[in-house]
Amino acid sequence: MHKEAAIRKPLILGKKTYHDITEDICRPIESKAPKNWYILITIAGLIGLYGIGCILYLLGTGIGTWGLNKTVGWAWDITNFVWWVGIGHAGTLISAVLLLFRQKWRFAINRAAEAMTIFAVFMAAIFPGIHMGRIWVAYWVFPIPNQFGSLWPNFNSALLWDVFAISTYLSVSLVFWYIGLIPDFATIRDRAKTPTAKKIYGMLSFGWSGRAKHWNRFELVSLVLAGLATPLVFSVHSIVSFDFATSVIPGWHTTIFPPYFVCGAVFSGFAMVQTLMLILRKAFKLEAYLHVKHIEYMNIVIMVTGSIVGVAYLTELFISWYSGVEYESYAFINRFSGPYWWAYWSMMTCNVVSPQLMWFKKLRTNLTFTFIISIVVNIGMWFERFVIIVTSIHRDFLPSSWSMFYPTHIDIGIFIGTIGLFFTLYLLFARYFPVMPIAELKTIVKTSSEYYKNKDDNH
Amino acid sequence: MNFSISPKAKKLIFGIAGLGVLFLIIGFATNHADVKTRLMSDLLINSFFFLSAAAAALYFLALNYATEAGWFVVVKRIIEAVASYVPVGAGIFALVLLAITFMDGAHVYVWMDQSVVDGDTMIQNKQAYLNKMFFWIRTIVYLGIYIWFYIGFRKRSIKQDEVGGNEIYFKNYKKGAAFLVFFAVFSSTSTWDWIMSIDVHWFSTLFGWYVFAGSWCSGMVVLTLLAVYLKKNGYLEQIKEAHIHDLAKWVFATSFLWTYLWFSQFMLYWYSDIAEEVIYFNTRIEEYKLIFFSMMLINFVLPMVLLMSREAKRHAGTLTVVGCIIFVFHWVDVNLLVIPGVFGSHGQIGFMEIGFFCVFVSIFLMVILNTLTKAPLLAVQDPYLDESLHHEF
Repeated sequence: MHKEAAIRKPLILGKKTYHDITEDICRPIESKAPKNWYILITIAGLIGLYGIGCILYLLGTGIGTWGLNKTVGWAWDITNFVWWVGIGHAGTLISAVLLLFRQKWRFAINRAAEAMTIFAVFMAAIFPGIHMGRIWVAYWVFPIPNQFGSLWPNFNSALLWDVFAISTYLSVSLVFWYIGLIPDFATIRDRAKTPTAKKIYGMLSFGWSGRAKHWNRFELVSLVLAGLATPLVFSVHSIVSFDFATSVIPGWHTTIFPPYFVCGAVFSGFAMVQTLMLILRKAFKLEAYLHVKHIEYMNIVIMVTGSIVGVAYLTELFISWYSGVEYESYAFINRFSGPYWWAYWSMMTCNVVSPQLMWFKKLRTNLTFTFIISIVVNIGMWFERFVIIVTSIHRDFLPSSWSMFYPTHIDIGIFIGTIGLFFTLYLLFARYFPVMPIAELKTIVKTSSEYYKNKDDNH
Repeated sequence: MNFSISPKAKKLIFGIAGLGVLFLIIGFATNHADVKTRLMSDLLINSFFFLSAAAAALYFLALNYATEAGWFVVVKRIIEAVASYVPVGAGIFALVLLAITFMDGAHVYVWMDQSVVDGDTMIQNKQAYLNKMFFWIRTIVYLGIYIWFYIGFRKRSIKQDEVGGNEIYFKNYKKGAAFLVFFAVFSSTSTWDWIMSIDVHWFSTLFGWYVFAGSWCSGMVVLTLLAVYLKKNGYLEQIKEAHIHDLAKWVFATSFLWTYLWFSQFMLYWYSDIAEEVIYFNTRIEEYKLIFFSMMLINFVLPMVLLMSREAKRHAGTLTVVGCIIFVFHWVDVNLLVIPGVFGSHGQIGFMEIGFFCVFVSIFLMVILNTLTKAPLLAVQDPYLDESLHHEF
């Protein structure tokens, strides 16, 4: 028999029954979309379209439309790529790692976070794709048998490992997310009033009937996928970090990169979950399922991962001096006092200082403050990648080839465009998909909801 | 119920100690290396290894408090017992460091030797950090803070048995978080000071986390085996298979963490092949190939293959065998962190090293078992006790 200590805060507020949960989560799908949704999706869609326009222009004209030059061959493109992949970490971490740790509060956020993960990885995948220049031969990155002689991708290259890492991660996350959705789609199908909706949700739910056999397979497959997804969460960003760390570039080549990139990714991913969920819970009136305690937990995760990232920054800084390698030392001196000092100090302020404010209970339980910090963190994490990438290569071993990077409007347009596309997808998700796992929330009503907890204590 | 050390256990521990002494005698008789250096390097390896395993237990305790874990309450006293080696181990470790300092590094810390430093500009550049004075200030701070937190956690835990209530729990929650902050920084910097500075020209940003992962794994092995032992001998019948399973999961997980960090550090230096970085692994691969790779493979493959299944994680026999082997091989890992740096190509793991290991194991076990006798084995007033008693999955 499972028992939950009285000292634990309830995860579902008020007196919610099984039926209430179904009602609360299906309501946004079954009712008419509010005017605000149309306004938001129009704005996001237009921004996304602008981004697509910039991408088409880039593909038609060439990589030269970016602000890259001979010294700075990687800049915003890879910065944006790593930024999006990082954001795409939280979903699977929440659903797989928190599952292993039996953290029941994850039910409030896992569905939406997984959706966010998938959309973020889509956005990330755009950048290496369009950076190839000749996107029509993009399939060359895959090790497929071919007739070009011995033309194979370079298996020694971390960039190729990255293709595998990210595509594996994306497939597993997608399957994991979808499997979880099946019983909930069936619920919506059974409640649907119009034949079209019934048909569509019927297909989406793969003929789910709720039989014991179905549940049994569902549980089994979820567990297997969680087991697969956990190492993937670590591998993806570790391998992203290998893109840099396997090189000999000062500032890139350091052994702490893999775990520190993973922590940074979780950090930014949770910040994005926080940003999105704070809006979602309000718009959909889901405050009972996602309340201050959940937000506090997420803020603690942000604080912890932010602190680990901070320790890693300082470790790098210290070892660059301790190593006695003058190129390494210079790379770091240049970071904090060179022409890009403002990027370094923005990164430090946003990623290291701001999460420390979460030590104060008053602040980490304050929703407005949380919302602001969640955005600050993601600004900081963008700067982190910019600092690592651009300030490490813009002044390389030969001072005669030192250079600066200035973004063009195409750089900016594509980045902003991906944000637009991301929000478009997210808004569609929020409108047509159950944003919280209906079936899984029901499993914790009896143990962790406010009403049942109080009832248990009283008798 | 209180624990008492059985005569059998006592005999076993004294047996191990006796064996260790015997090995030490043979070791001294057959030693060809510089005795002072070998003695100091062995004492450093063993006092560090056991202290770090105990510190990992202390960290694990703090982690459970800070994350509001409930399942661990029935094994809490075991964790405290392992952590109770921290003050003893810190004392031994400080004595070893003191001896090394008085011997001007004893060829272990060459940066303590002025005659070496004078001829080496690389070390001179590091003198702001690597000097006896600052080294000792840091060492005292690390050890002092570990001891202070241990005493606090233990005192509150015992007091909770009498007074109950949630107040002590909330205090532990706060102190747990505070300890994690110190530990996050010190687990890295202390390893630079105590271990990385042996290979004084070498550096790796990941080093501290890597060494910590190894000690975490060793600490989890000790906790798991103690839980198995107590359950088997009729103490703490509240420990259910689910608790053993959870502890074993930690052994499994930390083995992976260790491997992940081993790989990250090794691969990045091997791949880039920069002379001053890769030399560290060159020495280990060329001169210590067998131990280096067997250590790596055993610590990775053994837990992965044998502890993967649910049944194995609940099986006392499997856990004992796998646990003992990887505990020894994490000790081998620490040997490899020290010996090649001190002796270059002609170091070895011989009678003397094994002798010291045996002696330290018996001290370690004696301290832990002795702490177990000092307090009831079940923390009866912990607010999460009920959750832990009903732990099932």
